[in-house]
Amino acid sequence: MRVVGKPLPKVDAAAKVTGRALYADDIALPRTLHCKILRSPHPHARILSIDTAAAKRIPGVLAVITGLDLPIKFGILPVTQDERALEHEKVRYVGDPIAAVAATEEEIAAAACDAIEVEYEVLEPVMSIEAALQTPKDERIQDYGGPNNVHKLVALEFGDVEGGFSRADHVREDVFFFQGNTHLPMEQHSAIATYVDGKVTLWSSTQVVHYVHRALSKVLELPMHRIRVIGAAHGGGFGGKTDPFAHEIIVSKLAMITGRPVKCTLTREEVFYAHRGRHPVLMWVRTGVTRDGRITAMHFRSALDGGAYGSYGVASTFYTGALQTVTYDIPAYRFEGCRVFTNKPPCGPKRGHGTPQPRFALELHLEKIAHDIGLDPVELKRRNFVQPNTRTVNWLRVTSCGLEECTDRVINASRFHDRERRPGHGMGFAISSYLSGAGTAIYWNDMPHSEVQIKVDRGGVTAYCGAMEIGQGSDSVLATIVAEELGLQPSDIRLVTADTDTTPIDLGSYSSRVTFMAGNAALEAARKMRALLVEAVEASGRRIDDVTFEEASMLAEARFGTLTTAGSYTPPKIAGPYKGSGVGPSPAYSYSACVVDVDADARTGLIRVNKVWIAHDVGRAINPLLVEGQVEGSVYMGLGEALMEEQAFRKGLHKWPSMLEYKSPTFLDMPEIETFIVETIDPEGPYGAKEAGQGPLLPVPPAVCAAVHDALGVWIDEIPVTPEKVVEAVRRKEKGEPARYGPQRFPPIPYPPTIKVEPPPKDAAITAI
Amino acid sequence: MRDVERVVLILDVNGEARQLLVPSHKTLLEVLREDMQLTGTKHGCELGECGTCTVLIDGKPQLSCLLLPIQLEGRAITTIEGMANGSDLHPLQVAFAELGAAQCGYCTPGILLAARSLLEENPRPTRDEIREALAGNLCRCTGYTKILQAVELAAERLR
Repeated sequence: MRVVGKPLPKVDAAAKVTGRALYADDIALPRTLHCKILRSPHPHARILSIDTAAAKRIPGVLAVITGLDLPIKFGILPVTQDERALEHEKVRYVGDPIAAVAATEEEIAAAACDAIEVEYEVLEPVMSIEAALQTPKDERIQDYGGPNNVHKLVALEFGDVEGGFSRADHVREDVFFFQGNTHLPMEQHSAIATYVDGKVTLWSSTQVVHYVHRALSKVLELPMHRIRVIGAAHGGGFGGKTDPFAHEIIVSKLAMITGRPVKCTLTREEVFYAHRGRHPVLMWVRTGVTRDGRITAMHFRSALDGGAYGSYGVASTFYTGALQTVTYDIPAYRFEGCRVFTNKPPCGPKRGHGTPQPRFALELHLEKIAHDIGLDPVELKRRNFVQPNTRTVNWLRVTSCGLEECTDRVINASRFHDRERRPGHGMGFAISSYLSGAGTAIYWNDMPHSEVQIKVDRGGVTAYCGAMEIGQGSDSVLATIVAEELGLQPSDIRLVTADTDTTPIDLGSYSSRVTFMAGNAALEAARKMRALLVEAVEASGRRIDDVTFEEASMLAEARFGTLTTAGSYTPPKIAGPYKGSGVGPSPAYSYSACVVDVDADARTGLIRVNKVWIAHDVGRAINPLLVEGQVEGSVYMGLGEALMEEQAFRKGLHKWPSMLEYKSPTFLDMPEIETFIVETIDPEGPYGAKEAGQGPLLPVPPAVCAAVHDALGVWIDEIPVTPEKVVEAVRRKEKGEPARYGPQRFPPIPYPPTIKVEPPPKDAAITAI
Repeated sequence: MRDVERVVLILDVNGEARQLLVPSHKTLLEVLREDMQLTGTKHGCELGECGTCTVLIDGKPQLSCLLLPIQLEGRAITTIEGMANGSDLHPLQVAFAELGAAQCGYCTPGILLAARSLLEENPRPTRDEIREALAGNLCRCTGYTKILQAVELAAERLR
């Protein structure tokens, strides 16, 4: 291959290094008005009255709106349409939007928000999983779900779990907690809307123009063809810009009212409250193994602190139980999941969506089992590795799988089994897997998940696709695939992306889906275009390799007229035959293995990460430079989560809603990362490619905890591993108490009767069901 | 019209002297972006915490969200728009593009300027010296590795 596999610069690199790229807040249209949003100061309160009269009288204020102007509810999932762009009946977290102002200047808009009078009846806030499970002192946060403040309950069993436990030689139970954390994109969310000729146009820093498009259509009561959503240059998402947001709807409505462009850029504090980040998850896991370390059965329970709204939460809940089986061959598996509502900013998808928490629990739990039965943890895990071309007990289809090779790479490079033994030094190992795109859409439909059109004229090539470049290299992947097929360079391909008027659908940049899905659509469109060029050139009596691309394109245009082709991608129908089987299936899974080397100080509790070795099975690296970038960025984010990042609340308020106080790793905190790209050439990925943007985060937190145990002999069963927790665990160890820091118990949860699902037959086809 | 004190200023930005009439309380970040359309300077917090809005003042990195233009008359202000020489990119910009040191690109202008200041002062920085010089700039995409490599590559080419 000519360009696939080459470490070429990103196609948007020049725009990014010159400051030329226009992010949403950089867009300045004539007569733009500035929007500010009044947000709730209370975590839980009924709104008795909203008086906007004084605000409306302020010179420079052109419009003030409340929930009465935008009463229709929306939400990312069809089953949880529970949000309003502005709440006029009740607020459910500090930061819930109540009213919005459009004014000639930002400061006037802020002053007008201050002049709005809201009368509240303050309600008792529900601030923890335990509290949400109890009878509420006041009314429930949401009027659906239940009992109490429970949002969602799941109970599934695959295979004979009791039989599996009875066959085990050793059974162990553990409880773990993964604290919530947030995406912290460098760019604050921003959106600017116009209303011209009865049509709304919105530029936004979103990861998914299509979902914003749908929400706008619903709430504004405009048909989709009268709304255009354009993804501006994007300053980082990590899942945090995947929901449709209130400010996107608000600026559109204010543009409709005022007839002028309206812009809203969130402050950093507002970004912390907008959130949709990592759920805090409490987990209980029980596993049976044989004497030689083979898993016989597993029972996994999760309780997710969802915050005040649904967001992606139903999917997040299923994800905490779905992918355990994709790395380990678990013959019998039971999963019970629960998501509760609390009076905090809603949680949603963050890099790894619902799977880093159970991955942390699972890896550490198996590490402990290995210690129990006197087996090397690497060996115990290896003995249970899932095999390629199999179906898991919960019906997930595994095709290419590079777990063995990933493990070999990091174990050998780190000299894990010959590691230096000195006080306070340790190494930890963990593995993981992630989806290459969710196999089912957010809302049920039979249409393709991605579509690409290609236009060629007079030697110029333009590719159109709804996919959204968020820094991960989505544009570069599209350009590389089209260039490969047409014999050009990626920089030769003009791209039009993420614009609901001019590009065909793509479901956006989440669930690590772009390379696999948009990539396959681009491949199909490009191959069709190449066929047209070949046919025209051969009809002229020459061969495609003997003419320039420009000549070929002119011969083809002369022969066929306008040269356009299209490709689309629909994932195979591979979900299992049970309710809830839509979360977990993916056309392919990536695999990662990681070793972390630490020095841990028993006196101060400080952990210094010396080095991380990470191997990632990406199927094929369409651009190894970008794959490395995704892997390194994932390791970085995993270390931040493992050691310091925390979205925590006190009396309804975020404890540290600023970039200084919310600790994230700096240049000085980051260790050396040695990355190994493993290529298993997936049978269905474009050129064999799978995902790279999320999976490599997952093994990092458990590998850190395993390394801390290796260094100090204490288990930190709670993320983040802060110095206080390490010191406390060491103190307990020295006093002869269990050498552990972590949650003591898993609360009683009113799970529904378990739905028993027959596992797939042993010889189950790995093709579509 | 609100009663806001406005001042006439002459600012030297990227070698061009520009006369401006701006509210005296506006930060350099706001004046660059809103009054001069130099939107290459980004903002992440507007509280001096993230380094995103870094510009050079007389060649030294400073946070434009914490500076008032009235302090800066007669000082040389350099933004990302002043980094390339015409159409020729600065070696740091080239290296960042080549090595994938810019992903979403939002922190990139600030980091490029801070790195340029470092290399002008210290043409042979060690990796730890680069880390120290850039420690005030947060990046959420890259894990910093490719940025460090790109600064080293540019330093080599500049020597």
